[in-house]
Amino acid sequence: MNNLFQALMDIVGEDHISNRQEELFIYSWDLGTTEPHKPDFVVSPRTTKEIQKIMELANREKIPVVPLGGGLSLAGLAVPFKGGILVDLKRMDTIIEVNEQARYALLECGVSQGQLTSYLERNHPHLTHSEPGAPPTATIAGNAAIHGQGDLSQPYGFNSDMINGLEIVLPTGEVCCFGSCSIGAGWFTQHPLPDVGLFLGWTGTTGIITKISLRLFPCKKIRGTALFVVDDEDQVPEIYYKITHTQMCEDIVAFSQTIPPYAGGLHHFTVNLAADSEKELELKQEIIFDDALGKIIQQGYGGYLGFTPGLQHPQISKTSDWRKGGGFEYVGGIMPVSQYPECYRRGKEISERHNIPYTVLGRCIGAAHAMMFSWTYAFNRSDPETIHHAREAMRETDELALELGGTIWKPGIYGQKLVMDRMDPNTLELMKKIKQLLDPNGIMNPGNWEVKS
Amino acid sequence: MYTLKFDEQKCLRCPTHACLTKCRYMDMDKDSAGEEILRIARGEDSFVLHDCVTCYACEEYCPMNNHPFYLIVQRQEELNVPPLPRPLIRRGINMGVPFRGDPVIEELNGKALLMGAFSDHMFLIQGRLFEGLPVISSDPRKMFHYFCQLMYLHYSRISVINERLPKIINTISMHNVTEIICFHDECYGAYTSYCPAMGIDVPFKPIHLFEFLYNRLLELKDQIRDVNLRVAYQRPCSARLSPDKHHFVEDIFRLIGAEPVPRKYSGEDALCCGGAIEGQRREGSRKRALDIQRRNISDMADAGAEVCVFNCPACYHTMEHSVAQKGIKPVYMSDLCRLAIGERPARWR
Repeated sequence: MNNLFQALMDIVGEDHISNRQEELFIYSWDLGTTEPHKPDFVVSPRTTKEIQKIMELANREKIPVVPLGGGLSLAGLAVPFKGGILVDLKRMDTIIEVNEQARYALLECGVSQGQLTSYLERNHPHLTHSEPGAPPTATIAGNAAIHGQGDLSQPYGFNSDMINGLEIVLPTGEVCCFGSCSIGAGWFTQHPLPDVGLFLGWTGTTGIITKISLRLFPCKKIRGTALFVVDDEDQVPEIYYKITHTQMCEDIVAFSQTIPPYAGGLHHFTVNLAADSEKELELKQEIIFDDALGKIIQQGYGGYLGFTPGLQHPQISKTSDWRKGGGFEYVGGIMPVSQYPECYRRGKEISERHNIPYTVLGRCIGAAHAMMFSWTYAFNRSDPETIHHAREAMRETDELALELGGTIWKPGIYGQKLVMDRMDPNTLELMKKIKQLLDPNGIMNPGNWEVKS
Repeated sequence: MYTLKFDEQKCLRCPTHACLTKCRYMDMDKDSAGEEILRIARGEDSFVLHDCVTCYACEEYCPMNNHPFYLIVQRQEELNVPPLPRPLIRRGINMGVPFRGDPVIEELNGKALLMGAFSDHMFLIQGRLFEGLPVISSDPRKMFHYFCQLMYLHYSRISVINERLPKIINTISMHNVTEIICFHDECYGAYTSYCPAMGIDVPFKPIHLFEFLYNRLLELKDQIRDVNLRVAYQRPCSARLSPDKHHFVEDIFRLIGAEPVPRKYSGEDALCCGGAIEGQRREGSRKRALDIQRRNISDMADAGAEVCVFNCPACYHTMEHSVAQKGIKPVYMSDLCRLAIGERPARWR
C-alpha cells in the first residue's frame, strides 16, 4: 500500500492525494441512504495525462477505481464499495472553449453546472445550457454520464442527448476521443462512429470522461415560469400532451407533495417560457393557456396561476426539510407519460406506508416521449429507523418503476439488479462483452452493473 | 351561524343601483342593475354571479351600505358559480391552513401592529415610523394563525371565512391588545366591514395603516423633507371596504411633498391589479387581466408618474415588473414615508 501511495503521489503531487482517515470518511458516503464504504486513497488529478497514469497503475495493480464528479448523484453510485482509489475530478474545471456560432462548450470533466451557467451569463449572454435541477456543484459531465435531464429537456431531450463528443480515459489507460473530434474536426457533432453511448449510463464502469463537448442553446432575454394546476392526476398526461403540442416551452414539470399543505392532492405544472420580447411571450402564453388549455380552465378543472419572470428549477433537495435531520433520496424512473396517475397514486401509498410525507415530480422529456418521474423520501440522518424506512421505500419504488413499464434512472445496486434480472439475455451478454473488452480486470467502480456469469 | 346583514328593502328603495351601474367590468343600466341585484338577493341565478371579477368595488359604490359584494359572493357559493376553477379554490383554501406549530402568545396590553399573513414583509415596517411598536405575526411559519381570511371573497367561499375568522380574532385577542394597526387593507376591512356585516364580534379597535402612518408622520413633522416625486397610487381591491380611510392617501402625499398625478383610474374609478382576475374561469380572463394592467399602467405613465405607490403586497407582486418596464418605480407607501424622513428603505434604488 505504501508503494501505491507513493506511486499515486508521484502522479498527482503530494497536495492532491490522501489516505487520512478523516478524508477517507468524507469520501465514504453520499447524501442518500447507501451504507458508507471507505476508499483506500483519494486522488485529485488535474490533467487527462494524470488520469491516464492513474488508470495504467490501477489496471496493472488490479485496484478498484471510482470516479467522482460533484458527488450529488445519490443512490450510492460513487461509493467505493470495494475500496481502492477514489478519483475526485473537481480540479479538472477548465472551460476550454465556447463556440458561440456553433453553440457548444468544450469542458473539462470537473466543470460544474453553476460554473458554466455563470460563465455563459457573463461572457455569452445569448447562450444557455440545459441546467439540471441538481445543486450548482453538480458537474456537467457527471450529469450527462448518468443521463440527467435539465430545464431544456422538453424541447431537446436528455442532457446526454446534448453531447457532441467525449474524451475518455479507458480502464486500460488509453485516451480515446468520440465524435467529430476523433477525426481532427471541431467538437461540433457526435458523429461518426463509435457512439458515446458506450460511456453513458454505465456509472463510470467503462472509463472516465475527461472532456465533454456540450450543446448550448439560444438564451432569450425573458425567461420565466408560468404555473398551472389541476386536482385530478388523471388529467396530467393530457395536459402534458396539449402543452407539448404547442412547442412553445423550455420545460414542463408536474409535481405534487404533502408539504406545504396547499400542494397536497394537487398537481402543479411549472411551464418555463422564454421570449425575446413581451410580444413573443404573450403569444406563447396565449397559445398555451388560452388556446390549448382554455377549455379546461373554463370548465373549472384547471387553473392558471400567472407568469413570474425568473426560472424555477425543480428542487427535490428541498424535501430534505420535510423531516428533522436533513436527509432525502429519490428514485427517478424514466416513465411513459401516460403512467403519471399511477406513479402518483402508488408512490403516495408507498410514502404513507413508511410514514414519509409524499413528494413526487414528473419532468417532461421531449415532446412527451417520456418523463423523469421522481419519488422522493425524506429521512432523519440521525434516526436509523427513518433511514430504514426510506431505504425500504426506495426499493419498493424501484420495483414499482419497472412494474409500471418504466426504467430506473441512475439505479443503485438494488435497482441495477432488478433491471438486469429483467433484461433480454442477449443484451445482457452484450453488456458483459463490452465490459470485459473495455475493463478486462474489472477495476472500474466495482459493484455497479456487474453482469453475473 | 353568522348571517349576512343584507336588506332587500334597501335595494328596492335605492335610487341609483350604483353597485352594478358603476361596475367597471360589467355594463348595465339602472333598471337592469336593479333587477339583477334583487334577483341575487332572492337567491336566484344572475349573469352578474358569472361575470363578477370580484374587485370588491360594489361595496364602496353601494349608497345604502347594504353589502352587495358579500351578497354576490355568498350566492356564488350557494349556487355553485365559483369565479375560479376548482383546483385554484382548493389550493387557496389549503394555503391558509397553519401547519408549523402554534404561535407564541405574548400579552401586549395595548397597541400593536398586525402583519396578518404578510410576516415575510417585515422589511416594510422598519425605521423610526415603527419604532417601539409591538408586532403580532412576525414569524412567517406561524402567520396563518393571523390570516384574516378575507382573500376567500375571491374564491366564493364565505363559509370558509365565517368558519375561520372568529378563531383568528380569538388568537389575536389572546395577545390582550386594545388597538390593532393593520398592515394590510384586507385585515382592516375584515374587522371593520366584514365582521359587522356578518355579526362577528371584534374585541379590539382596528386602525388603518395609512391613518397610523399619517399620525406618525405628524409626530415626526420636523424631520420631513419633501420627496418631490410625482406619484400614482395603486388602490387595492380591499381598500373598497374602507373608503372612509382613502383620504389618508392624499393626506400623506401632501405631508411628504409627493405630487399625485392626475389620473383617469383613481379613487372610486381605480382599476384593480388584475391578480385575482387572470386565473378566473370566465373566457378571456387572462387577457382581461392583462388589458386592465396595461390600461392602468399606461394611465400612470401618461399622467407622468415617477413612482407607483402600493400598499397591498399582492398588487405589488402582480404589477412590479410591468410598472418598472414603463420606467415607473414601484414602492410601498411605508417605504415612501421613510424616504420623507430621511431613511433609505432597503429596496429603494
